[in-house]
Amino acid sequence: MAKITLSNLRHSYMPNPTGPADYALKEIDLDWQDGGAYALLGPSGCGKSTLLNIISGLLTPSEGRILFDDRDVTDLPPDQRNIAQVFQFPVIYDTMTVRNNLAFPLRNRGVDEGRIARRVAEIAKMLEVEEMLDIRASHLSPDNKQKISMGRGLVRDDVNVVMFDEPLTVIDPHLKWKLRSKLKELHQRVRATMIYVTHDQTEALTFADQVVVMQDGEIVQIGTPVELFERPQHTFVGHFIGSPGMNVLPAEESGGAVSFQGNRITLEGAVTGQGGTTQVGIRPEFVSLAHSGLPARVSKVSDVGRHAVVEAVVGDTPVKAIVEGELPEQGAEVHLAFRPDHTRLYRDGWLSTENEGSART
Amino acid sequence: MKTENQKAWFFVLPVLLLVAFNALVPIMTVVNYSVQETFGNNVFFWQGLDWFEQILRSDRFQAALGRQFLFTFLILIIEIPLGIIIALSMPKKGMWVPVCLVLMALPMLIPWNVVGAMWNIFTLPKIGLLGYFLNDVLGVSYDMTQNPFAAWVTIIVMDVWHWTSLVVLLSYAGLVSIPDAYYQAAKIDGASPWKVFRYIQLPKMKTVLTIAILLRFMDSFNIYTEPFVLTGGGPGNSTTLLSIDLVKIALGQFDLGPAAAMSLIYFAITLLVSWLFYTLMTKDDAQ
Ligand SMILES: Nc1ncnc2c1ncn2[C@@H]1O[C@H](COP(=O)(O)OP(=O)(O)O)[C@@H](O)[C@H]1O
Ligand SMILES: [Mg+2]
Repeated sequence: MAKITLSNLRHSYMPNPTGPADYALKEIDLDWQDGGAYALLGPSGCGKSTLLNIISGLLTPSEGRILFDDRDVTDLPPDQRNIAQVFQFPVIYDTMTVRNNLAFPLRNRGVDEGRIARRVAEIAKMLEVEEMLDIRASHLSPDNKQKISMGRGLVRDDVNVVMFDEPLTVIDPHLKWKLRSKLKELHQRVRATMIYVTHDQTEALTFADQVVVMQDGEIVQIGTPVELFERPQHTFVGHFIGSPGMNVLPAEESGGAVSFQGNRITLEGAVTGQGGTTQVGIRPEFVSLAHSGLPARVSKVSDVGRHAVVEAVVGDTPVKAIVEGELPEQGAEVHLAFRPDHTRLYRDGWLSTENEGSART
Repeated sequence: MKTENQKAWFFVLPVLLLVAFNALVPIMTVVNYSVQETFGNNVFFWQGLDWFEQILRSDRFQAALGRQFLFTFLILIIEIPLGIIIALSMPKKGMWVPVCLVLMALPMLIPWNVVGAMWNIFTLPKIGLLGYFLNDVLGVSYDMTQNPFAAWVTIIVMDVWHWTSLVVLLSYAGLVSIPDAYYQAAKIDGASPWKVFRYIQLPKMKTVLTIAILLRFMDSFNIYTEPFVLTGGGPGNSTTLLSIDLVKIALGQFDLGPAAAMSLIYFAITLLVSWLFYTLMTKDDAQ
C-alpha cells in the first residue's frame, strides 16, 4: 500500500511531438492518497486509459516520474510495481477453469496453495461465482467473464492500487449497479487504493470519494462529488457533470460589474483576474421562475419525472431551469431568477469568482 | 415453436449434384475396378475382395505405407513447431508486415513440379548450388541419387521449404487476432513468456492449427509431384511413397484392379487419420 505521486507527467504516442496537440497527456501533477476510492472521469479519448497504463507500467511516460511512496517506479515493468488492473473488455484464460483463472496472479507470484485456495474462495463468494469455479472459463457468458477479470484484479491483497478501466461496459445495467456497490463495499473493507475509470458521471459519483475530471489530456478538477457539483472549477466540469449540465452564458464585464444580455448579474463574490472571455455559470437547479428578474420566453418544457426542465430564451441565449410544481406554457413570457450564491464568473473557462464564506451551501 | 421447412434441400441440391459428378462418380468407377479383373476389350470378371486382400498382404504396399507415414510424421513434427516459431517472431505491425507476408507466401505460389525441378537442379553434385557447396566446399559427401538417406533429407527439406509458410500464415492469422488487452493483462498478472504462449497464444491459435495440421497431413500423405520429379522414388525404392507406388502399379504396369483397390485403401486411411486428428484436437471444446 502506498501513496502514488505523478509528477510533471507528459505522454505522447508520437516519437517526435511538437505542439501540445501531439500529447495524449499534457501535464499531470497528482497525488493519489493511500486507501482512496478515486474515479477518473472524462469523455472518450481524453487520456484516461493512457494515464492508467502509465501508473501500471504498461506504458512509459515521455516525460515525468511516478513515485510509489518515495520509490521511483517510472522504469519498472508492471509485475514489479505490485498493482492490479482490470480492462474494459473481459480477458480470461480460455483453457483454464474459473478457479485457475482467479488463482493465476497468485500462482505466478509463488503464493502457497493454501493461501491461494482461501483467497480464491473469498473472491468467488464476493462476486457470486462460487458455483462456476470448476467449469472452463471459455464457457462463461460475457458478464461472468468480466466478473472473473475483475476477480483476478481483486484476488491479491498486497497491491498498491487496483485500477479499473471502464470495467462495466459489457455488463447488464442491473448487474452493473450491483457490481459497483460490491466494489464500493470491498473498498470499505480492505481499504486498498482504487482508481475507477469511467466516462459515466453516475458511475464516478456513486463509486468515488474523490473524482478526478479530465479533459483533453489535462486534469481540470479534483474533488468530492459534492464539490464538483456545487463549485465546478471549469465550465467543462459544469457541463459534464449534472443533468442537464450547468448553464454557461456569455457575459460582459465592465468596471467590476458583470452583465448577461444587458442584465446585471449578482455573483457569489468578488471577481478575480481580468481580460479573457468571460462567462456566467449557473446550474439549472439554481435558476427559478420569478415575478421579476431576467425577462425570457419559454422555448421548451420537458418533463423528466420528478421535475421538469424548462428552457427559456433570454435575448438570444437559451437558459435551462429545473422547475418543480406548476409549469409555464411554451411561448410564455417569464422572468428568471439566479441564486446569487451559485452564480459564478468563468474567465477563459476557469472559475474566476471568490467564494464569500456564508454563501457556501 | 420451431418451424420445419423442407425447402432448404433445394438450396443444397446444386452442391450435391456437383459433388456427385466430381467425387462420387469417379470414386464409384474406382470401386467398380477394384472388385473386377479386366484384360481389356471391356470384358470384366468378378473378383470380390481379392485385390484388397492381395494389396494389404503385399510387402511392397506395407513398405510404401510405412515410408508414407514416416514422411508425413517427419514433416509434421518439423513444420508445425517451426511454423509457430516463425509466426511468433514475425512483426505484428509496421512496414515489415507486408514484406514478411509476401516472402512467406512465395514458396507456396510455385507450381509443384517446378519445386521438384528446382530442388533437383539445386542439389545436383558439381552443378547445383547446394550439391556443389556440400561436396566441394564443406567436403560432405552428398548425392541424393545414390544415397537413400540424402534423398530422404532432401525431400523433407524440400517439403519444409515449400509448405512451412502455410503453417506460418495460419498461425500468424491466429496471433494477430489476439487483442492487446490479453498481453497487457498477462503482464499485470505476472505471467512468464512461456505462460503467455501456453495460455494465451496457443489456445488462440488452436483452431487455425487444427486446420494447418489437417491440411498438411492430407497434403503430405498424398504427396506425389515433388518427390516424383526430385527422386522418382529412388534410389531403389527408398523414397517410393504411396502415391508414387500407386501410379507405378496403375499406369506403369496397368494393373487397374489392384491399383483401384489400393486407391480405396489409401483413401480410407487418409480419411480415418484425418478424422482421428480432428476428433482429438477438438475434443476439449465440447464440454
Ligand atoms: N496506442 C496508441 N497509439 C496512438 N495513439 C493512441 C494510442 N492509445 C490512445 N491513443 C490516443 O491517445 C488519446 C487518449 O486515449 P485514451 O487514453 O485511450 O483515452 P480514454 O481512455 O480516455 O478514452 C486519444 O486521442 C487516442 O487516440
Ligand atoms: Mg479508455
